[in-house]
Amino acid sequence: MSGHVTEIVVFAILFLIVSGMGFVAARWRRPDDLASLDEWGLGGRKFGSWVTWFLVGGDLYTAYTFVAVPALLFGAGATGFFALPYTVVVYPLVFLVLIRLWSVAHVHGMVTPADFVRARFGSPTLALLIAITGLVATMPYIALQLVGIEAVLKTMGVTGDLPLIIAFAILAAYTYQSGLRAPALIAFVKDALIYVVIIVAIIYIPTRLGGWGSIFDAAKAKFDATPAPDGILLNANNQLQYITLALGSAMALFLYPHSVTGVLASRSRGVIKRNMSALPAYSLLLGLIALLGYMAIAAKITPITAGGKADVNTVVPQLFDKMFPDWFAGVTYAAIGIGALVPAAIMSIAAANLFTRNIYKEYIKRDATDAQEAAVSKIASLVVKIGAVLVILLIDPQFSIDLQLIGGVIILQTLPAVALGLYTRWFHRAGLIAGWTAGMAAGVLMLYNVANPATNHAHFGGSAFSLAKLGLDTKMTIYAGFLALAVNLVVAVAGTLIARAGKLTDGTDATRPADYEADEGDPRVHEIELSGSH
Amino acid sequence: MTTPPSDQRPARRDRSPWNWLLIVPIVIPLITALYNSDEPRLFGFPLFYWLQLAFIILGVTATTVVYQMGKKRSGR
Repeated sequence: MSGHVTEIVVFAILFLIVSGMGFVAARWRRPDDLASLDEWGLGGRKFGSWVTWFLVGGDLYTAYTFVAVPALLFGAGATGFFALPYTVVVYPLVFLVLIRLWSVAHVHGMVTPADFVRARFGSPTLALLIAITGLVATMPYIALQLVGIEAVLKTMGVTGDLPLIIAFAILAAYTYQSGLRAPALIAFVKDALIYVVIIVAIIYIPTRLGGWGSIFDAAKAKFDATPAPDGILLNANNQLQYITLALGSAMALFLYPHSVTGVLASRSRGVIKRNMSALPAYSLLLGLIALLGYMAIAAKITPITAGGKADVNTVVPQLFDKMFPDWFAGVTYAAIGIGALVPAAIMSIAAANLFTRNIYKEYIKRDATDAQEAAVSKIASLVVKIGAVLVILLIDPQFSIDLQLIGGVIILQTLPAVALGLYTRWFHRAGLIAGWTAGMAAGVLMLYNVANPATNHAHFGGSAFSLAKLGLDTKMTIYAGFLALAVNLVVAVAGTLIARAGKLTDGTDATRPADYEADEGDPRVHEIELSGSH
Repeated sequence: MTTPPSDQRPARRDRSPWNWLLIVPIVIPLITALYNSDEPRLFGFPLFYWLQLAFIILGVTATTVVYQMGKKRSGR
C-alpha cells in the first residue's frame, strides 16, 4: 500500500495541472464572444494541422481503448488485434469523404451530422433519427471513459465512488466554461504523456521479460493450454469476423458525432488531408499498446477480482504497477486518467450539440439565437456527464460495455444517409428511414442472439454473430454490424424504388454540388432556410 | 434561401486518378491470408503482428501521395 502513495501523489498532481489548463483554455485564441456553437462547440472552426492532430487523436484513441484492447488480447489473443487493421483502413477510407463533409458544413454552418442530413434530404424526421442514433451511441461511450479511470483507481487501491465523481465534476466544470478549447489544449499533455509511457513500456518491459520472442511464446503457451478458440493467430472460423469487424468499425468511426466534431473544428480541407496521413502515428501506438496484453500474460499478471468477478481491464495498470518504479507508475496512471478526460469532453460536447441543433432548435425553439444555442448546449453537456456517472455508479459497468457494443452497430446504420448522402442524392428520404429502421432491428436482434459463455452472458455477449444461426452450415462468425448494414442498404434501395414508383413527395436538397468542394475563404451561406415538411 | 453567386468560387475538382491509390491500403490489410502466420518472425514478432504494423506505412504512403498529387493538380 505504501508504494501506492507515491503513485497517488504523482497522479493527483498531473491531474490537477491538466484541470487548471482546462479552465485557462477559455482564453486560448479568445474570440470576442464565446456565446455561439461555432465558438463553444467547435473552437471557432479554426484549428490548424497540429491542434487537429492532437484533438482528433485524443478523441479517437481513448483511455478505454488503451485499457480494453490489451485486455482483449490478454483474454482472447489475435482477434483483439483487429483494432490495428481497423485504424489502418479507416484513414484512406474516409479521406475523400471527410473533405466533402467539411466543405458542405463550412458553407452551410452545420455543426452535427444530423444538420447535414436535414439540409440534404429535407427531412426533419430522418435528421431526428440520425441525431437520436448519435446520442444513444455516444452516451455509453462517455460512460466507458469512466471505466478507464476506475481501472486505474482500483489498481492504486483507491476505493469508493467519490474520487470518480470528483474527477468528472472537474471535467464537467471546465468543459462548461471553455467548450471544445479545453480538450484541444489538454490533448497536448495527454498525448505527450501517452507517447512517453508507451515508448518506455515497449523498450523497457521486454528486457524484463526476456525479449519480444518469449513474450509471444508465453502468450501462445497460455492459449494452447485452453480449449477455447483463442490463440496468437486467427483460426478458420474467426477470420471473416476479424476483417468485417475491422472494416465495419472503420466505416463507423467517423459517423460518431464526436469524430465529426473534431473534423469540423479544423480550419481547412488541407488540415484534414494532412491529418489523414499523420493520424496513423496513433495506430502504431495502439498496435504496440495492444501488445501490453501479451506482456501481462508473460509477466503472469492476474486481473483484480471484485465481488467475485475478475476485472480484465485492470491488467494493464497492474502490469505498470509491477514493472515500473512507483513514481513512473503514477505517470502512467495519469496518462490513462487524463486520456479519459479528452474524449469524454469532446463526446459530451458533440452530444450536447446534437441535442441543441436537432432537437431543441428543431422542435422546441425554432428561432433560438446563437447565444441561446450555446447556453442550451452548455447545460446539455452537464446533463450528459451526470447521466454517464449515474450509469456507471448505479448500473453494472458491464451494461455500458454492452451498450457501447450496440452503439457501434447502430451508428453504422446512419451510413447510407450521412456518408452515401455526401456523394449521392439518389436515395428517397422514405427509403432511408425504412432502411434505418430495418438495419437497427436486424442489428439489435443479432446482438441479442450472441451468447458469451466466458462472461456468463446469454445475450449481448459480443459482436461476432454465428452464421449457423442463419441456417448456413458453417462455424464462421461475422460482425453483426456488417450484416445489419447490408439489410439497411437493401431496404433503403427497395424503399427508394417503391417511393419513386408511388410518386411519394421527396424532400428538397438545400445543398448544391459546388458546396462539397468549397474551401477556406469561400463564401458561406449564413442563414439557410431549411426547407421540407414535418 | 440565400444563395451566393457560384461564379465567385474558383473551379476545383476533387477527382483525380491518383485517388484510386487509396484502395490499396484498404484492401491489403483485410486479406488475412497474407499475414495469418507465426513465421517468419522479425525481432521476435510473429508475422501476424509485424506485417500488420508495417501496413501502417502503406496507409501513410498512399494518403500522402494522394494529397501531394491533389495539390499539384489544383496548382496550389
